[in-house]
Amino acid sequence: MAVLTFKGGVHPASNKKLTSSLPAEELIPKGDLTFPLFLHHGLHAKPVVKGGECVSAGTLIAKADGYVSSNVHSSIAGIVKYVDFDSIVIENIGDVNEEPRQVVRPYTELSKKEILDLIREAGIVGMGGEEGYPTHIKLSPEDPGKIKYIIVNGCECEPYITCNNRRLVEEPAKIVEGLKIVLRLFDNAKGLIAIQDDKKPAVIKIKNFTAKEPDIHVKMLYSKYPQGSERQLIYALTKKEINSRMNPADAGCLVLNVETIYAIRTAVVEGRPLISRMVTVAGDAVKRPGNFIVRLGTNIRELIEAAGGFKREPEKVLIGGPMTGEALVDLDRPVTKDTNAVIAFLHDPVVRVHQTNCIHCGRCIEVCPARLIPTKLADYSALGMVDMFRENDGRECIECGSCSYICPAKRSLAEVIVMMKQMIIDEL
Amino acid sequence: MDEQKIFRISFFPHIRDKASTSRIMLDVIIALLPAAAFGVYNFGWRALLLILICTATCMLSELLWDVCMRRRIMLRDMSAVVTGLILALNLPPTLDWWAAVIGSVFAIVVVKMLFGGLGQNFMNPAVAAKCFLMISFAGRMNTFVFQNVASATPLEVLKAGGNVDLLQMFLGNTSGAIGETSALALLIGAVYLFIRRIIDFRIPLFYILTVVVYISIYSMITRGGIDGTFLAAHLLSGGLLLGAFYMATDYVTSPVSPSGRIIYAVILGLLTCTFRLFGSAAGSVAYAILIGNLLAPLIEKVTRRKTFGKGAHLK
Repeated sequence: MAVLTFKGGVHPASNKKLTSSLPAEELIPKGDLTFPLFLHHGLHAKPVVKGGECVSAGTLIAKADGYVSSNVHSSIAGIVKYVDFDSIVIENIGDVNEEPRQVVRPYTELSKKEILDLIREAGIVGMGGEEGYPTHIKLSPEDPGKIKYIIVNGCECEPYITCNNRRLVEEPAKIVEGLKIVLRLFDNAKGLIAIQDDKKPAVIKIKNFTAKEPDIHVKMLYSKYPQGSERQLIYALTKKEINSRMNPADAGCLVLNVETIYAIRTAVVEGRPLISRMVTVAGDAVKRPGNFIVRLGTNIRELIEAAGGFKREPEKVLIGGPMTGEALVDLDRPVTKDTNAVIAFLHDPVVRVHQTNCIHCGRCIEVCPARLIPTKLADYSALGMVDMFRENDGRECIECGSCSYICPAKRSLAEVIVMMKQMIIDEL
Repeated sequence: MDEQKIFRISFFPHIRDKASTSRIMLDVIIALLPAAAFGVYNFGWRALLLILICTATCMLSELLWDVCMRRRIMLRDMSAVVTGLILALNLPPTLDWWAAVIGSVFAIVVVKMLFGGLGQNFMNPAVAAKCFLMISFAGRMNTFVFQNVASATPLEVLKAGGNVDLLQMFLGNTSGAIGETSALALLIGAVYLFIRRIIDFRIPLFYILTVVVYISIYSMITRGGIDGTFLAAHLLSGGLLLGAFYMATDYVTSPVSPSGRIIYAVILGLLTCTFRLFGSAAGSVAYAILIGNLLAPLIEKVTRRKTFGKGAHLK
């Protein structure tokens, strides 16, 4: 089986062994749950409940407001504690049973519009790290007939994270079914399930279920970071390059995370909204690393406790992977639709390095998946040379952090480049 | 657990590769040790003294500069040691100590620190200092003593039409600069650099290939056929191997793009052979690298890669 890839990228220690073979455990939250109403993209959802109201698991608590927006459902039975502009907090009364759903018809009998409606109602958004874009919009391109490939992104190239791997291993049939549902929306599309070659057991499992599906192929990708980046993944599979002004649909592709596909299947086959997801808890500060099926809104503190707590107080706690994750100030944060991992480190390697002069070694250029010159772009950013930054395609940076990772002078290349990039995008 | 504990925050990525500037410099120093050790074995205590003088002067002048200019003291990155060591290996073992001191100060103060320190210089400090010394002290820089007898370097012998012993040249039992005589010692260090992934194979490979092609064509025209001994002697002699593996590959002063590195290496090869065959034999490699250094930024500019997805159009 050919192993596909792109040029560039880095090979950080994967550290996946600790959690990749442990079955996921279900975590029942005990404390209050918090539901943010905003997405990374788009408009706030509009609350449809008031303080003091009773809700059960699966009750719609905030409704999509506008096109790029998404429904929010309670993940547990309880009483609405308060509603503000940013979030809804629900007091947990300890009942996890979901409110009864209307009986759904088999998906083969549903029209395209009915499938899309079910996905929209369920409040599904992109569930890979830092995605959060409403899935029903992604699935409604201008010309669905031009979509050739529906790509299930199971690369999981970030170190430590194994939740997609566990989904593929534990629920291969449901992932394939989810993909078949999406394929019904596109008449000319084939399904590709893209998995990195460090997850051979997942590849074998999934292949058992795709053998009889002529329109679904499993593709193996070379294990390196950022293999799961949308543009790099599309290139590896189709040899088509897209830039920052294009959508995957322009290359005839749609990319969906494994967890998103799973949520689509749950919504369409079982008629249930998106109220839980799988999250990896890992890092050397965690006593019992593992994967957990977590109700959305669960406090991260509870998640850490479920993983045995900390061995010692960590220096750094991340939401997401170590390459692009966000460092948390404290644990008082809920699990959201795009939280794929919580990672805690005893030692933060970043504060211990100090930046020195660029020695022009060219490593950042070698690893840049967008084929940019990070060291030059960082200089332009630091000096405020906006025109030079633009001329050298600074906008095409995919914000993967490979340049900062590899730099022997320990320069924070990605940081300054991303800041400049955000600035010029905001100007537009 | 302390509820009020605040964790450290920083921008991504939150992990970093092990490689660091000082580790890279240490690797270069380790790679140069076989050649340095052979130089001391071959030429005796004077070689050792010159090596020590050059590295000490380089470190000291960088330290003094940083102190006087109130800059952060960056001796820890060990780049001054590399400069001193490479300069020493390029000097004839009989050179007066004060000339070595002048060369070292020139390398660090004029070529490196005046332009902003590590990474900012546009010429390799050691190579520039060697050229500076070649011009300033031509006689002293071209006096080679081997086994207590003043003797010509193999390159000078070749130029005069004499015969050379290839095996001795490979092992290094010949006259020449401290670190350039033993091809074997230089190759051992080069293998280490490749294993540690410090240098790109392109620069040394295409540099040496260009020399092979140039010399072959030259000998076909002037001698009516390829002369294997003549060719091999050119490859093993002078500073070619030292230059190709350790000086031309300097990160700061060579292009970063893969195709740029090939162009740069070919230019170095052409210049080296032209200087050797038509000019004076001494210092050809250093002069070629110096000119190559000046061209590097231009080469980099014209060999810039196409950005991912650039020119892709909507279908």
